[in-house]
Amino acid sequence: MKYSFNVNGQNLEVDAPENANLLWTLRERLQLTGTKYGCGAALCGACTVHLDGTPVRACMIPLSMVAGRSVRTIEGLGGEHPLQKAWIEAQVPQCGYCQSGQIMQAVALLEQNPSPSREQILAHMNGNLCRCGTYNRILKAIESVIQQR
Amino acid sequence: MKKSTQSPSPSMSRRKFLIGAGGLTFLVTAASVFPGFSVKEEEDASPHAPPSYQVNAWVHLAPDGSITIMNPAAEMGQGSMTALAVLIAEELDADWSKVRIEHSPVEPDIYGLKFRGRGRGRMITVGSFTVSGYFDALRKAGAQARYVLLSNVAEKWQVPLSELRTEPSLVVHPKSGRSISYGEVATFAKAPATLPEIGEEQLKQPAQFRLIGTYMPRFDIPAKTDGSGQFAMDVVLPGMVYAVINRSPVHGAKPELRNETELKAAEGVLEVVKLEHGVGVIADSVEAALAAKKQMQIEWSKGAKAYEYDSESAPQTYRAIAVQEHYAGTSVLVSQGDAQAALAKAQRRFEADYLNDFVYHAQMEPLNAVVSVAADGRSAEVWAGTQASAGARSAVAEVLGLEVSQVHFHPCYLGGGFGRRSMSDYIEEAAHLAKHIRRPLKLLWTREDDVQYGAFRPMSLQRMQAGVDAEGKLTTWSHCIVGTGNRLLGSGARNPYYDIPNQQIEVRNVEHGIRTKHWRAVGHGPNKFAIEAFLDEIATALQEDPVQLRLRLMKNAPRAAAVLKAAAEMAQWGRAAPAGRARGLAFAERSGALVAGICEISLKADTGKIRVHHFWAAVDAGIVVQPENTLAQMEGGIVHGISSVLHERITFSKGQVQQSNFHNYSLLRMADTPESIAVHIMPSSEKPAGIGEASLPVVGGAIANAFAALTGKRLRHLPFTPERVQQVLEG
Repeated sequence: MKYSFNVNGQNLEVDAPENANLLWTLRERLQLTGTKYGCGAALCGACTVHLDGTPVRACMIPLSMVAGRSVRTIEGLGGEHPLQKAWIEAQVPQCGYCQSGQIMQAVALLEQNPSPSREQILAHMNGNLCRCGTYNRILKAIESVIQQR
Repeated sequence: MKKSTQSPSPSMSRRKFLIGAGGLTFLVTAASVFPGFSVKEEEDASPHAPPSYQVNAWVHLAPDGSITIMNPAAEMGQGSMTALAVLIAEELDADWSKVRIEHSPVEPDIYGLKFRGRGRGRMITVGSFTVSGYFDALRKAGAQARYVLLSNVAEKWQVPLSELRTEPSLVVHPKSGRSISYGEVATFAKAPATLPEIGEEQLKQPAQFRLIGTYMPRFDIPAKTDGSGQFAMDVVLPGMVYAVINRSPVHGAKPELRNETELKAAEGVLEVVKLEHGVGVIADSVEAALAAKKQMQIEWSKGAKAYEYDSESAPQTYRAIAVQEHYAGTSVLVSQGDAQAALAKAQRRFEADYLNDFVYHAQMEPLNAVVSVAADGRSAEVWAGTQASAGARSAVAEVLGLEVSQVHFHPCYLGGGFGRRSMSDYIEEAAHLAKHIRRPLKLLWTREDDVQYGAFRPMSLQRMQAGVDAEGKLTTWSHCIVGTGNRLLGSGARNPYYDIPNQQIEVRNVEHGIRTKHWRAVGHGPNKFAIEAFLDEIATALQEDPVQLRLRLMKNAPRAAAVLKAAAEMAQWGRAAPAGRARGLAFAERSGALVAGICEISLKADTGKIRVHHFWAAVDAGIVVQPENTLAQMEGGIVHGISSVLHERITFSKGQVQQSNFHNYSLLRMADTPESIAVHIMPSSEKPAGIGEASLPVVGGAIANAFAALTGKRLRHLPFTPERVQQVLEG
């Protein structure tokens, strides 16, 4: 089947089977491998991307649901996003595998609410697991961006 | 069999899309011994750059001054990739801003770690020994590279080598005022006929370090914030196929596939492969492979040993073994003086049993590997994130019936290892499947596969006995560990920093036929929990401050005592905790690093939920190569420790793992992370110790002891789930 949608500002058409989902399409068909597979059940947040600006777990999204809509992935942030810089400044990642999802989740928060409270940050980020235990540095990075504004 | 189509629209080439989409800095280049294969390569590794000068096995120098340093170790988040390059760059006197790091070839004779400088090199990243193990060898490699550059300049300028100095990436001749950059040296330097041996006395003294011990941002971090860091899972090759395996739910059970014909006819399915421990399916897409796996009808053989195992009843079995006078499967770790005789003579005796459940690695990147067998079957390529690259390469060669030299191995970043990725089972599986199809093949483990076919930190019971004399001196100590996993059980049971004259420490092993494995800090997690909680029980009974009791025991271990005092000072030990809260402490040694940790907790009595608010830790790890990363590792180990101590639990029923994903195997989340984690690094010029596992072992004891301070009750069974906490509060 052919699916048309927008990824990181580019309109494109992808041939994929009927049961295709967004995560494996981004990763294997489009080689946008910054979006990670972690649990396949919306329990870890490693595959977080934006669908029309809203953070979603790509592992749960059938490709058919994406037709005609816009997806933004970690690659679409361009590397110079204030949160990406803050992530480097705070030396957040360890193994790094969950961090694309963490950053996409945080970007969505600050786009909705430029100055969330700590409680709001924790509530918003609580669905994203990090096994290396970098949570305090993630918080530090997010709060540093809020303070710069 | 039908084939589903899945390539991107031909109207836009993949390469163009990648560059167009969000300013990606990668292009697809051929980087393989097989034409037609491709992986992501960084753009600046342009094939048109002038050839670089290989100074020695570790250092490549380009005419533009960029320096490429080889990393022999797995990078799984512990940061040693950067630390090892720092060791070389320090002695090379390299300008760090010009350094880039690449995975070294998997050649253990060249890049392997020789224990105590002897024997054959090994390429395995375990036990937190990478930086400490390579500390001398890589500084010598850096000094050797510097010497090669100096000797080339000395010859060029016709001056004695002894008159030359270096500054970062610059050779200087103070007498004549001349200087030349390393990059320029690369344009004329010749490889010396023999590389000079460097003695320890030629290395810098700590006071001369420019890089070691300073703020060194990690090399891998930028690529881990823009999605470009390459994990094995991210390798995409043209014509690649996808595989998943349905593995035995009970270890040792053999499969009998009932619907092979139907399976082979399913959409996208290319091959069905029967393995010893499961059935693999190869398909043209991930979705097709996963759908086919769900469709499999397999009958599993009965009779494997593991079928008899229930973790629920294990504590009774273990207790019965602990009290036996003689047990056949006993390994004695320490037998000093006569612990039993001293116990009989003791003024006061103490006894308690501690327990811990199985825990799962839960590395965020599920296991996976990419293997491509050449069409003629005479060579293969492997992409994998592994802690044991050399072992994995040999294992693949064996599966494929090839020489090791015919297997080209590409190490990738590991999305967490924690000991799980020192096994090569998942890479060998990929090789088995790739052998059948001879096309590039990516084997994926789903999270459910990863949990259910896990290899766990073993359950164990710790029987502790101790006695004190009339002066309150600890005269005898017995620690009997009963569990499965044998050599995994004993680590951390010794207490060399505590002065106790009579000691008996032993492991009693039981075989259950289930899979166990090293897990961050191995036995140190359960053992240090039992030791430190038991000491706290003794301190309470003696009405002595737990810091004071330990300081008395540490009279012959001044470094340990200094660490404990430092942590106590950080936490303002002795000052009352805020209302509704209490503090607890623990001490541990792991891979040479000494750590004292103190936590402050509160308890929701109605739910039994423990919350850790603050954690203070002091660490003496000798010379610290990367202080910032050391802080990060200490913090991460504490969070990992809290997660395991409060939440994590694998149980078996009739040999089958009862958990499957993060809904029933919970990890600590952000909202439950301590508000603050403070870490102090003790200044030291001693040899480096291991950092990656150093802080985790203190967490169980610290929380259990804080809980006792708060409630007067003892938690003796890890994890301290709300249900268990409530049982203890009621009991």
